[in-house]
Amino acid sequence: MSAKVLTITSGKGGVGKTTATANIGAALAKTGQRVACIDADIGLRNLDVVMGLENRIVYDLVDAVEGRCRLNQAMIKDKHIPDLYLIPSAQTRDKTAVSPSDMIRICDELRKDLDWIIVDSPAGIERGFKNAIAPADEVIVITNPEVSAVRDADRIIGIVEAEEKGSPRLLINRLNPEMVKQNNMLSSDDVVDLLAIHLLGIIPEDIGVLISTNKGTPIALDDKSLAGQAYRNIAQRILGENVPLLDLDKGSGFFNRISSVFGSGEK
Amino acid sequence: MENFINRIFSKEPSSADQAKDRLRLVLINDRTDLSSDALESLKDDLLDVLSRYIKIDPKSMRIDITQEGRQQRLIADIPIAGPVSRKY
Repeated sequence: MSAKVLTITSGKGGVGKTTATANIGAALAKTGQRVACIDADIGLRNLDVVMGLENRIVYDLVDAVEGRCRLNQAMIKDKHIPDLYLIPSAQTRDKTAVSPSDMIRICDELRKDLDWIIVDSPAGIERGFKNAIAPADEVIVITNPEVSAVRDADRIIGIVEAEEKGSPRLLINRLNPEMVKQNNMLSSDDVVDLLAIHLLGIIPEDIGVLISTNKGTPIALDDKSLAGQAYRNIAQRILGENVPLLDLDKGSGFFNRISSVFGSGEK
Repeated sequence: MENFINRIFSKEPSSADQAKDRLRLVLINDRTDLSSDALESLKDDLLDVLSRYIKIDPKSMRIDITQEGRQQRLIADIPIAGPVSRKY
């Protein structure tokens, strides 16, 4: 069994690549898969804090690439789930410290002992992004239902296809069902229509995501959270299961329930 | 209901529809590297060439780029008004 490399990228910054990496990694590991998440954003380390592992870093990706440590010494074991690991990026180096062929070599070395390697790509279309997609067996493009994020996602999809990585799959993050209903947000159908790639999942906007990030615990581990459920479903789909999309119209949020009690007039 | 009434009576399309329409045009420009100005001059050049062979009413000619999946297509609908009167 050899691990598959999934790269999560977006073009635009701040749409949720790192959160998605941490949560898809956690959700896959929760099903018993062996997973390593790699932070490929050299110089702007952040997957460690999102996963809550910032205090355990001894060696990082650049140390492993430059031979200052063995690769398994740069693998930090997760504190919540067995068989989940983080390879952190370097904070004090720049993106040229790692090359695309370094990334391919590192991932090939990891493949034999794992089921999934998830690479968190930096924003942009430069060296860091090239590093992140070089080892990818599959690319996942994440976007928000918002004009600038969708435009950048389209550009990224074009580049990924030109690199012959196949057609990426799409994640739509921070969708607000109430705003979609009011016709003030692009719907998932609109985004899929524009980008014309396969939809892997939709993560609803959920204040719980920020709260769980504050604590360094992935929301995918919270059985009561809708966003957590969305991430667990995405993991199932990555594993090849046929899981239907969440029904986001139920109005699961506290606000929706309040406004329906008081009848705010919107239907 | 409020939204429904607004949509029927207001001249302005919903912000989601505006976003989608704007993105549709931007993505076509990005993917083809063809601005709307460039598309206009393409139309003019095409008209010049075609007019050497057939008579065309420029007002009835329609040239657009449409999206089919991730494939862009240049669609031209050019009614022929008649043969060109040849000058000998």
